[in-house]
Amino acid sequence: MPEREGNLEALGSLIHGFGVLADPMNIAYMFIGITLGVLIGVLPGLGGANGVAILLPLTFSMSPTSAIIMLSCIYWGALFGGAITSVLFNIPGEPWSVATTFDGHPMAQKGHAGEALTAAFTSSFFGAFVAVLLITFLAPVIAGFALRFGPAEFFAVQLLTFCSFVGMGSESPFKVLCAMMLGFALAAVGLDSVTGELRMTFGSVELLRGFDFLIAVIGLFGIGEILLTMEEGLAFKGKSAKINAKVVWETWKSLPRYWVTAIRGSIVGCWMGITPGGATPASFMSYGLAKRFSKNRQNFGNGEVEGVVAPETAAHAAGTSALLPMLTLGIPGSPTAAVLLGGLLIWGLQPGPLLFVEQKEFVWGLIASMYLGNIAGLIVVLTTVPVFASILRIPFSIIAPVIVVICAVGAYTVHNAFLDIVMMLVFGVVGYVFKKLSYPLAPLVLALVLGDMAESSFRQAMLVSQGDLAIFWSNPLVGSIVTLALVMLFWPLISALLRKRQSRQDGGTQVMPVK
Amino acid sequence: MKDVQRPRCARKTPFDSFAFKNTPRRRLASGTALAGALGLLLIPNAAQAAWEPTKSVEFVVPAGTGGGADQMARMIQGIIQKNNLMGQPIVVINKSGGAGAEGFLDVKSSNRNPHKIIITLSNLFTTPLATGVPFSWKDMTPVAMLALDNFVLWVNSEAPQKSAKEFVEAAKEGGANRFKMGGTGSKQEDQIITAAIEQSAGVTFTYVPYKGGGDVAAQLVGNHINASVNNPIEAVSQWRAGALRPLCVFDKERIPLKEPVADGKSWNSIPTCKESGLDVEYTMLRGIFMGPGVTPDQIAYYVDLFKKVRETEEWKDFMAKGAFNVSFKTGDDFKSWLAAAETQHKTLMDKAGFTKQ
Repeated sequence: MPEREGNLEALGSLIHGFGVLADPMNIAYMFIGITLGVLIGVLPGLGGANGVAILLPLTFSMSPTSAIIMLSCIYWGALFGGAITSVLFNIPGEPWSVATTFDGHPMAQKGHAGEALTAAFTSSFFGAFVAVLLITFLAPVIAGFALRFGPAEFFAVQLLTFCSFVGMGSESPFKVLCAMMLGFALAAVGLDSVTGELRMTFGSVELLRGFDFLIAVIGLFGIGEILLTMEEGLAFKGKSAKINAKVVWETWKSLPRYWVTAIRGSIVGCWMGITPGGATPASFMSYGLAKRFSKNRQNFGNGEVEGVVAPETAAHAAGTSALLPMLTLGIPGSPTAAVLLGGLLIWGLQPGPLLFVEQKEFVWGLIASMYLGNIAGLIVVLTTVPVFASILRIPFSIIAPVIVVICAVGAYTVHNAFLDIVMMLVFGVVGYVFKKLSYPLAPLVLALVLGDMAESSFRQAMLVSQGDLAIFWSNPLVGSIVTLALVMLFWPLISALLRKRQSRQDGGTQVMPVK
Repeated sequence: MKDVQRPRCARKTPFDSFAFKNTPRRRLASGTALAGALGLLLIPNAAQAAWEPTKSVEFVVPAGTGGGADQMARMIQGIIQKNNLMGQPIVVINKSGGAGAEGFLDVKSSNRNPHKIIITLSNLFTTPLATGVPFSWKDMTPVAMLALDNFVLWVNSEAPQKSAKEFVEAAKEGGANRFKMGGTGSKQEDQIITAAIEQSAGVTFTYVPYKGGGDVAAQLVGNHINASVNNPIEAVSQWRAGALRPLCVFDKERIPLKEPVADGKSWNSIPTCKESGLDVEYTMLRGIFMGPGVTPDQIAYYVDLFKKVRETEEWKDFMAKGAFNVSFKTGDDFKSWLAAAETQHKTLMDKAGFTKQ
């Protein structure tokens, strides 16, 4: 591993990488990849992992460098594209854009779809850029860090995600708990990865594959939203949006003030991508943290730009940095990275510590394409902002059936199973009922996506420690993450206690308003 | 290599056919098929009119995207496409639900459908035993054994054990359950090998199941577990980087590849487990099956197709990189191998208590 190589050498290699990219064919592959990726990202269900897997055999006759440039650009495109339907229709095109719907869609409903999209794309780009810088200059050091993560550490990170997101709910804790438990119950259906036995499938073949997060999300958010809109008068709330080409510049002027959120999001994202926790938990964690520490926290959920910046920076940073453990250790940090990893092996490259030494052209070509690919992606998506924003002007009676069809196709695509469409419709009704009874959907979704992973990490840790919970404080790394998570969880209590003590010190008789 | 147990958020498959819309040979092939059919009508007694697919062939992978079976299936798809080995497109579809049961049940119920094939991994034997989902290889039509996946016993290079014998002794001295063995999935190949080592050497390990082979190798490098039985391709880069040490290979004979891999050592220099005193043998089937009720000429078509695939440079290269056992079997030869392998799995799993009662 080139650990002792200076940054200058990295810079030199990077310039060499850009040289690899100078081949016009590679540039063409890059743009093809980005465009395909955005389309894949827009369609719910058909995700980056699918897109890459479909095209993998086609890359067989290309050089590995061109192939990975094209496939990774599909990945960037999908990362960008996921936000579009989240903002416009409350349908997350990709799992990591679920958190983007929380504030992005309310913004669109208020007529600020253009601003929301611009903010989402720009923060995606920012997050990716930070992650690429990190990969360029710190790759070997960071790769070593990922090795320190055993089952206990993974569980700690997942716990932190839960706690940073759920601890502060403004909804009734009972409802949050209900939604979360339902999510956990659904996540438990299917194969139990620790014992290798089936759980709660009741002898049904259809239940073997369990409840897929994506189908739940398409139903809960997409179909649920359509049902709500139908009730409220068959029209999109955001259709009065003024569309002009200047919206990008105007939004950009307001973005620098969210620099703290953006940097925090990028750090969370890079960390989650490298460890590897994945882009979806990263976006939830970053949104949770932003909501907790923002000055505008009351406005979260009602269309706050910061609530778009936070998940998007984290998702894109995580998605990008997930390639690092894939390249240096052969551990895929995301489903798409898993497919790309398969690609590397098919092309005859061995991911691992020596890849950076033996395949310089490939690695640095890929890293250079991360820079250019993201810039190209940003240009492609930003120029289309007014186009996408104007979709909301199409009459509801035309676009709603189209959305339902897209949702159904998306749900079918996930597993090629017809029952998934039925399941999606059921989830749609559940989503509608939840909204009506003001139960929060986010804890359900989070439990569904993280429940599986957290459960297996916890049980792996228990196997390793022979059932001793002390493993979660067995070294400074895991101990501090778990402690931090618990502090996050009980933060409302702790802060209330602190305030109480302070008010007692201040005067004692003053009565603090109880929230 | 083994197959990633996919996280829920991952998904698969596709409108794969998008990618193949512009296959120019499609029309040609259906024309050929038509001519073939006419020929069959005219000369009823024609000996074995060659069957050919008349529409796109579904290639089922009973595991998630990115795992070993998925890689191999997509590799085959690429080879077929690049070398124009088939007139119709071949489309990979992942059906990973219930440890692959979803995929096998799908093929089992595809009676007389010659346009669907499936690639197997060890879950062909282990899933019905561990979960009780009713299917067996006898419910399908065996086509060909493509290769056998090898398994190697690995330890961290900082560990003092230099041979399988020393490893077993250390595990014995450490006491029951002190040594942690990492592997992919539960009650599948890795845990079965672990159980076989336990039964043969009289030791007990704590088995920790992970999602994929890459994770396991990294966990071993990070010293979170004591040993693993990773496939060669999953751990080779860590071996070359000096982080892992191979102790023995679980095949009957040594891997015949003599080219140096790491440190002047080749795959061939790794002793078999048997010769180092650990009497355990295991390889994993990479085979192709079809649904029940297909005709002999349909089977013959696919046997021929995979023979052609095996002859390509790309395939040979892939086999060498992954240090596969390149045995190829068809027909009765393959069936008797399957019957023996099924018995082996059943015995091992019964003894280890993995079978669902």
